[in-house]
Amino acid sequence: MDKNKNIERKVVFWPGNIIVAEAAIAAGCRFFGGYPITPSSEIAHVMSKRLPEVKGKFIQMEDEIAAMGAVIGASLTGMKAMTATSGPGFSLKQENIGYACMIEAPCVVVNVMRGGPSTGLPTAIGQSDIMQARWGTHGDRPVIALTPAYSDEVYSETIRAFNLAEKFRTPVFLLIDEVLGHLSERLEIPDPSEYELIERPRPTVKPEDYNPYDPSFGDVPPIADYFSGYRYHTTGLNHDMTGFPTTSQELGQSEQERMIRKVMSKVDEFESYEEYMTEDADILIVTFGSTARAAMVAVSDARAAGIKAGLFRPITLWPFPEDKLRELSKNIKGIVVPEANLGQLIYEIQRVAHCDAPIVGVNKVGGVPIYPNEILVKIKELV
Amino acid sequence: MTIRLAHYLRMNHMPHMWCPGSGIGIIVKGILTAFDELSINKNDLAFISGIGCTSRAPGYLDMYTLHTTHGRALSFATGVKFSRPDKNVVVISGDGDSTAIGGNHLIHACRRNIDITMIIVNNNIYGMTGGQYSPTTPTGAKAATSPWGNADHPFDVSALCKAAGATYVARAHVGSGVQLQRLIKGGLEHKGFAVIEVLSNCHTQYGRRNRLADPIDLINDVAKKTVNVRQAVKMSEEELEGKYVVGLIHKDESRKEYCEAYDEVIKRATASR
Repeated sequence: MDKNKNIERKVVFWPGNIIVAEAAIAAGCRFFGGYPITPSSEIAHVMSKRLPEVKGKFIQMEDEIAAMGAVIGASLTGMKAMTATSGPGFSLKQENIGYACMIEAPCVVVNVMRGGPSTGLPTAIGQSDIMQARWGTHGDRPVIALTPAYSDEVYSETIRAFNLAEKFRTPVFLLIDEVLGHLSERLEIPDPSEYELIERPRPTVKPEDYNPYDPSFGDVPPIADYFSGYRYHTTGLNHDMTGFPTTSQELGQSEQERMIRKVMSKVDEFESYEEYMTEDADILIVTFGSTARAAMVAVSDARAAGIKAGLFRPITLWPFPEDKLRELSKNIKGIVVPEANLGQLIYEIQRVAHCDAPIVGVNKVGGVPIYPNEILVKIKELV
Repeated sequence: MTIRLAHYLRMNHMPHMWCPGSGIGIIVKGILTAFDELSINKNDLAFISGIGCTSRAPGYLDMYTLHTTHGRALSFATGVKFSRPDKNVVVISGDGDSTAIGGNHLIHACRRNIDITMIIVNNNIYGMTGGQYSPTTPTGAKAATSPWGNADHPFDVSALCKAAGATYVARAHVGSGVQLQRLIKGGLEHKGFAVIEVLSNCHTQYGRRNRLADPIDLINDVAKKTVNVRQAVKMSEEELEGKYVVGLIHKDESRKEYCEAYDEVIKRATASR
């Protein structure tokens, strides 16, 4: 987001959940299908008030599964559509999330992460759904998950979630956590002139020539809005470019490969991360979301103690920015991976990092955030 | 009057995948006839299903067709209709799809009274998955998962939908194509959530296990168990035991349709700005 110094921005003091809702409306979201769940419910509260004000549609469905279905249905009519949930609801939505991937329907799924498994800790922080985001639905499909850490980033990443969903014709996850969702911070609301809004590719061919998965338009084929004159078929079954079911092995393979390639071949365009004092770092901390804020303090404290620590913070968590981490990990003496779970991101770091140095986790569950000192202790152990 | 069936069909996708003698063909014909009689433009029509034999119908129809996940058709349909209240949305679903895995969506669509027409093809069995008993399989009947007879008690689907708040509830059977088509047409014309339960035959999975392997025998057996709603009012509860009342069971035009109710929400929200 380009910040123009001459623009006068509205300044607010909002919790993350309200920022998500307002940013979604700014991104053009006009449909919200939801189901009450803590700690995400404030997103639904704001959407139920704000959407009808902009002639959008809010509906509270009978369950999490239905909320996801309604969002996909709305998306097919051309609406920018969103749902918001938390761990248990995210689990319930997984089948329909896979369906949205398979039919290539743009939509945004917000998960305000709480403690798990099961009912876990509805009112307290967790970061334990990141692997569910990556692998939760059955089958292979592309995954885009964004993990902002600050209020202005919650705003900009929410907008980016819609843009990426539209651009790639796929569901995009916005993963925040209870702390970010409920933490009120100062926010300068960006002016619409400061960000770009992307619309899905729509067909320009004659209706009789339209195929919903036509590879001649590239890996992201145009998608027609329902009732726009392009009648077509949609199924979650393996399908060919016409959208109709096929049992051809070759088509099953090529279509699934295209679905993944459409995202993976463009990773460079939307990969995003923050580096803090990584240039000369001996100890690299890798973390995301609100835990990264504790890690920033730990890095400063370590530096004050004469330890060269640095922070690598993926903002696009999936696809993981692996090239950058591989580069950063080359001459490192140790990697610390703090996360509010019992060890999930660390598997990805172990897979990607290019070093023999120790990779250790700082893992805390039970509903209390990781403190800077807990990270600092691990940094000192590694030196 | 000539009915333009082919106008609404994707003829290049024939032949269809249903068993010869399956009632689904009769039902699809009834639906298309109703579309044509009402001159519904196929560019203004979304036809949505879940999973199962019945739910394969959209693939053969030339309109906006959405074959969704098992049981969830109504949730997708709600998203489509709520986004575009000016368009026609029709759902087709089998008994397992709509009353077991999709039961929650069914009762809430009834309660919400959203203007969707729902055709439930009730053939008392999960056909596509191999003949397991469904929530409408009669007690004692045999199925792949009830080889000793079904211990479970079936739903009365129409009564369920009426109780849940559907404002148009009708039941038809595949032995009477004209009544079937008339009741579907009534459902399409109705403003609100309309359910047409159609008693159908799966001779392959249900009939074969219950001494009714011939489709004609099974259709006759279904027809034999039906009583018209006009006769039913004159019959005692004992006489109606084991019978299915067919015809227009319930119609209420007094309740507000959901999208119209939400339009008023938008009016209030925009007026307060």
